[in-house]
Amino acid sequence: MDKVVNIVVAGLGGQGVITASDILATAAFISGADVKKSEVHGMSQRGGSVASDVRFGPRVLSPMVPPGEADALVLTAEDQESAFAHLLRPRGLRIAPSLLPAALASGKMANTALLGLLSRGIGLPMDCWHRAIDQVLKPEHRAANRAAFDAARSLP
Amino acid sequence: MAERQLLSGDEAVALAAHRCGVSLASGYPGTPSTEIIEAFAGLGGRAGWAPNEKVAVEVAIGAAFCGARAMATMKHVGLNVAADPLFTVAETGVDGALVIVTCDDPGMASSQNEQDSRRYAIAAAVPMLEPTDAQEAHDLFLEAVRLSERWKVPVLFRMTTRVCHTQGVVVAAAEAPPAPPIVYCRDIPARVMIPANARPAHRRLRAKLAEILAWGEAGTLVREHRRGRRMGVVANGVCVPHALEAEPDASVLQLNLIHPLPIERIRSFAATVDALAVVEEGDPVIEEQLLAAGIRVRRRPEMYRFGEHDVPRVRRLLAGEAIPDPPRPRGKPPQLCNGCPHRTAYDAFKGLQVYAAGDIGCYSLGALPPFEAMDTLVCMGAAIGVGLGMRRVLPDSEARKVVSVLGDSTFVHSGITGIVEMVYNPPPTGHVVVILDNGTTAMTGMQEHPATGRGVAHDLIGRVRLEDICRGCGVQHVEVIDMHSAGASLPAKLAERLACDQTSVLILRRPCLLTVKRLRELEAREAAGCGQEGCCG
Repeated sequence: MDKVVNIVVAGLGGQGVITASDILATAAFISGADVKKSEVHGMSQRGGSVASDVRFGPRVLSPMVPPGEADALVLTAEDQESAFAHLLRPRGLRIAPSLLPAALASGKMANTALLGLLSRGIGLPMDCWHRAIDQVLKPEHRAANRAAFDAARSLP
Repeated sequence: MAERQLLSGDEAVALAAHRCGVSLASGYPGTPSTEIIEAFAGLGGRAGWAPNEKVAVEVAIGAAFCGARAMATMKHVGLNVAADPLFTVAETGVDGALVIVTCDDPGMASSQNEQDSRRYAIAAAVPMLEPTDAQEAHDLFLEAVRLSERWKVPVLFRMTTRVCHTQGVVVAAAEAPPAPPIVYCRDIPARVMIPANARPAHRRLRAKLAEILAWGEAGTLVREHRRGRRMGVVANGVCVPHALEAEPDASVLQLNLIHPLPIERIRSFAATVDALAVVEEGDPVIEEQLLAAGIRVRRRPEMYRFGEHDVPRVRRLLAGEAIPDPPRPRGKPPQLCNGCPHRTAYDAFKGLQVYAAGDIGCYSLGALPPFEAMDTLVCMGAAIGVGLGMRRVLPDSEARKVVSVLGDSTFVHSGITGIVEMVYNPPPTGHVVVILDNGTTAMTGMQEHPATGRGVAHDLIGRVRLEDICRGCGVQHVEVIDMHSAGASLPAKLAERLACDQTSVLILRRPCLLTVKRLRELEAREAAGCGQEGCCG
């Protein structure tokens, strides 16, 4: 990994945007990369738009993903795309629930499944993702989320 | 070797405070500072929520007078509330260490104003340190403790939203100074600020500040990122990484010592570059001091005073462009949760067409559609004073429409003196205060407060009762309404209280929906005779 990877996870408050970006940042951290993860708390909890910026690489400076420089935009709510599309770079990766089979997109594990899709486009080792899921989630949720992640990652 | 950790700036401060043996931490929740107290308590530190920031600082002062290391935490507007003790503890000094952490919110992600706390360091004549990321938040906090102990002076530790809430890699390798023993030494001339003692104390403070400046000019709290010489940038806080990324050829002078400003170091740096600019969020605090010292610096266009910076914005600033920021698409605004008890209150306000002097919390959302039923929001607790002022000047028919509305945590923070004012100077038409008691400080993430009777870790501690406070003050009519069972009676009850000429407090009680699960679990454990999390579970 020789350059900084920029990812924005976005959706609505209460949808698990922050938990998803926690898993992503933790996976990058476990891989040994420099990481910064930044978001705005507070009012955003009350069902409003929420976005979390995750940057990782050899050395990360600014904590915020500059507009037009996100390598991937992960949307937990498809209808929030218009608020965050300007962050994505040309030919950047757009990850959204509509790319998942219905069974994965509608369940409680949807966000982890989105990360499974994302994982195919960024070069973090599988082991880092699994350890990150274990580190961030409660014990009772780990196995099911790992399974959802793996299922999405291995989609054709 | 210390291990790598992924921590927010707030968590890094808590870790440093814990490692160097801070004996007591006190704060009031406020975005983006809240997590410091929670993380410090989580590490096993002795921490408590205070009713407001003034009390938090006073509690920390008492600990520091005894030779302890103490910390008080708050958001920027909290420092306004705590300004009174701050200005005088600067002059008394402390025996141990006193670090006051204040977190600014440029761009107002979750605040009522955009004030710049750096002005307080200058006004109160206390040193101020500021980190640029989570690693520095850890390391620099230890420096703040050393500085406070060496000069026996309180230190302001400033952070902003993007440092508080950005997680980064932290290695806790910096040596933590061992905590000295806690011994109380009586020193009346130094601690009792009657004028005869305060006059020499002011001179002592200024002498300390001169010594700290000399130390700062020679010290490590200014760091040069030497690159090209065409452009030099002086920056603080998160603007440092922004500037390093925005202009790879610019040399950057990073200031961790914000006050007193190491002006000669900046002058030397300026002499090594062709052009000099300051990159700072908020007020042009550094720029003004450079200009006053006769250092040639490019003036920042006024538009950069507003909002937070990012890399493209810093690039435009350094190019001298004063064109407006590109418009950002608007996301979905936040709303009161479905089923939130506050909704019932705002429906009633709207139906009765009251003038609602409002306050700060989730319920501020009552000012937005679909309610648009809150008329004012100024500062914590202002609902009561503002409502009373309206009542006293409006004609009677209009005055009878005025209510004051505020939450339980806000009421304890700064509403109680408003109740005293209502009893002492009652308007001819009386007044109605509505306390939306959802049993938590919901806005900042469900923290406890004195009226919940629980501490930072949700453990049972002392409790004050809102209705007892109001009755004890002499309010004529105090009534608690259970919003779960009797919420439907609210419009009629409110109409009745507005029509009479008495002073009234209606306490609308129902736990915040987001706390119900936690509350049930806590109560079940406590009923089983065990307060330990995870023990009976």
